[in-house]
Amino acid sequence: MAPTSTTQPEAPAAGTVPAAGPAISLDGVVKSFRTGSETVRAVDGVDLEIERGEFFSLLGPSGCGKTTTMRMIAGFEDPTEGVVRLDGRDVTGVAANHRDVNMVFQSYALFPHMSVADNVAFGLRRKRVPKAEITRRVGRMLDLVELGHRAKHRPSQLSGGQQQRVALARALVNEPSALLLDEPLGALDLKLRQSMQVELKRIQREVGITFVYVTHDQGEALTMSDRIAVMNNGVVEQLGAPAEIYERPATRFVADFIGTSNLVRGVVRTNAGGLWKVEVADGATALVAELPGSVTTGAHIHLTVRPEKVRIGTEQPEGEASRVPGTVTETVYMGAATHYQVDIGGGEEVTVYQQNASGSTLVAERGERVWLSWPPEHSYALPS
Amino acid sequence: MSNRKFTPYVLVLPAWVWLALFFVVPIGGMLSLSLTTGNVVTGFQQTFEVGNYAAAVSTYWEQILRSLLYGACATLVCIALGYPMAYWIAFRGGAHKSTYLLLILLPFFVSFVLRTISWRFFLSDNGVVLGPLKDLGLLPEGFAVLNSAPAVVLGLAYNFLPFMVLPIYAVLERMDPYLVEAAHDLYADRVQAFVRVILPVSLPGVFAGVLMTFIPTSADYVNASVLGGTHNTMIGNVIQTQYLVNNNYPIAASITFVLMGLLLVGIFSYARALGTERVMEVHA
Repeated sequence: MAPTSTTQPEAPAAGTVPAAGPAISLDGVVKSFRTGSETVRAVDGVDLEIERGEFFSLLGPSGCGKTTTMRMIAGFEDPTEGVVRLDGRDVTGVAANHRDVNMVFQSYALFPHMSVADNVAFGLRRKRVPKAEITRRVGRMLDLVELGHRAKHRPSQLSGGQQQRVALARALVNEPSALLLDEPLGALDLKLRQSMQVELKRIQREVGITFVYVTHDQGEALTMSDRIAVMNNGVVEQLGAPAEIYERPATRFVADFIGTSNLVRGVVRTNAGGLWKVEVADGATALVAELPGSVTTGAHIHLTVRPEKVRIGTEQPEGEASRVPGTVTETVYMGAATHYQVDIGGGEEVTVYQQNASGSTLVAERGERVWLSWPPEHSYALPS
Repeated sequence: MSNRKFTPYVLVLPAWVWLALFFVVPIGGMLSLSLTTGNVVTGFQQTFEVGNYAAAVSTYWEQILRSLLYGACATLVCIALGYPMAYWIAFRGGAHKSTYLLLILLPFFVSFVLRTISWRFFLSDNGVVLGPLKDLGLLPEGFAVLNSAPAVVLGLAYNFLPFMVLPIYAVLERMDPYLVEAAHDLYADRVQAFVRVILPVSLPGVFAGVLMTFIPTSADYVNASVLGGTHNTMIGNVIQTQYLVNNNYPIAASITFVLMGLLLVGIFSYARALGTERVMEVHA
């Protein structure tokens, strides 16, 4: 946060092959803030390695430390402890204007007194790139974001989506080793947001630059990312590919935060044929393939299962599956699917999404007794 | 439905009445007065005497130019002092911004004339400031600040500084702080971030501040009469003397219109040069 005027930013020389290893790495990074007499650890020991060309998301609720983490990568905050490396080079304490990363701000932060083209050219001019090359690169970048015809307009004359793309172009034109995006789609309406998600992914594929994407929107993170770090209370709760995080949440927080998940309390009973039997609700039996390291027979655990993995029927199901009886308390018709709330006893409710495939009708009415079943591989045990 | 259609006009009515009573009517009266001949004893006749204007300009062109010059100098001093103050309060004021703003406005709690007279006391030839310096031999015995052009300019700048600070502060305060971060992110150092981003974005505030200081300072007469002595009279002093001492209303009124015309021309060319559309845009 202390830019200096002594040296010019170190732009990577044209034609150099980037060193092997991660584009960005964080090593034991801690950031604490003082508020009055209290010290808050906004980021509490984060280790990350973000690969070259990766679309990497930092996902979490507000106040989880994701934005602070990104601001430490950008150079707007200095870590209290730990090391930040860009392309293997230790940049801890290096000012933002000397870092080869560029940011897309949530508010876009476009310079209101400059034309679109001047906004995009800003970074290149500071780097003293020759005029002809600036013109060429700005033109090419505006074409990439399909705003070539708007080059002479002021940002205030553009729509929100167009401003967003100018902000993107202004950062990308510098060909940074990584692009940092702070909730860039947050201010857009749903339709525009969805089309910009596709657009961002296309641009990232075309330019091949590492994207670090901060968002609290799990849908956004799941659709766009190669990998996601789910953050809460300043730590990374889980790091993995979207499918992995969705299908196999590692902690209760992740299970709860990503999508809708059923969390059912249970007690581990016996292991039969490689599957653990877990007693849930009022004595029903659920099956899981594995238990977390510390958990053994007799332990209290939480079982997770996604609503769309649960089958609902009036007949008792057959085969090797978790089988739990219950009473329908609510049915919600959603068009493509119907949602059921089922009371399985013991104060537990399970949500079920049933696809409305051709010919299928409402499986059960409110108040009806039903059987729920799900295969053991779609259910995970988390320590209580 | 027709009710609703007229609502905006009804709402704006008090403002129009106010403007008509306290602006249009007096201005009209002054205009007709400036085109009369006569004196207080025999009365003034509406002779549409345009010669009043020629007489006003040819007699008092020196004071007119001096007023514009003093106003311009005071405005520059206000920018030089006021911009850093506004900048500091907006970006470094933290939780105490309103306290600092109050401090800026605090002199307004004392009467304008009284404040100016107290400067006379402070700057007097052997007063609290110059006296000790002369005793120590740091200044020659004959050194004086009062009754000089710099004394008038500094007095004007002192009295009108808040009118420069406040509009600049308002613009800087509202500025998206991420604009500065974005500039740093795009490789600008502190100086470049200020020159390329902060300063241009805050220009509308400077523009407003210049209007709010240049117009009243160049028409002021208190500072010149209290701090300027006899050789630094401004056009405000002339108008005052013509009205209240000589009772030469036609000349006083025509000088008033000359000054007003000059200021209007100045403001419009200034707005054109700086580009008001840009001012509008930043506010949008």
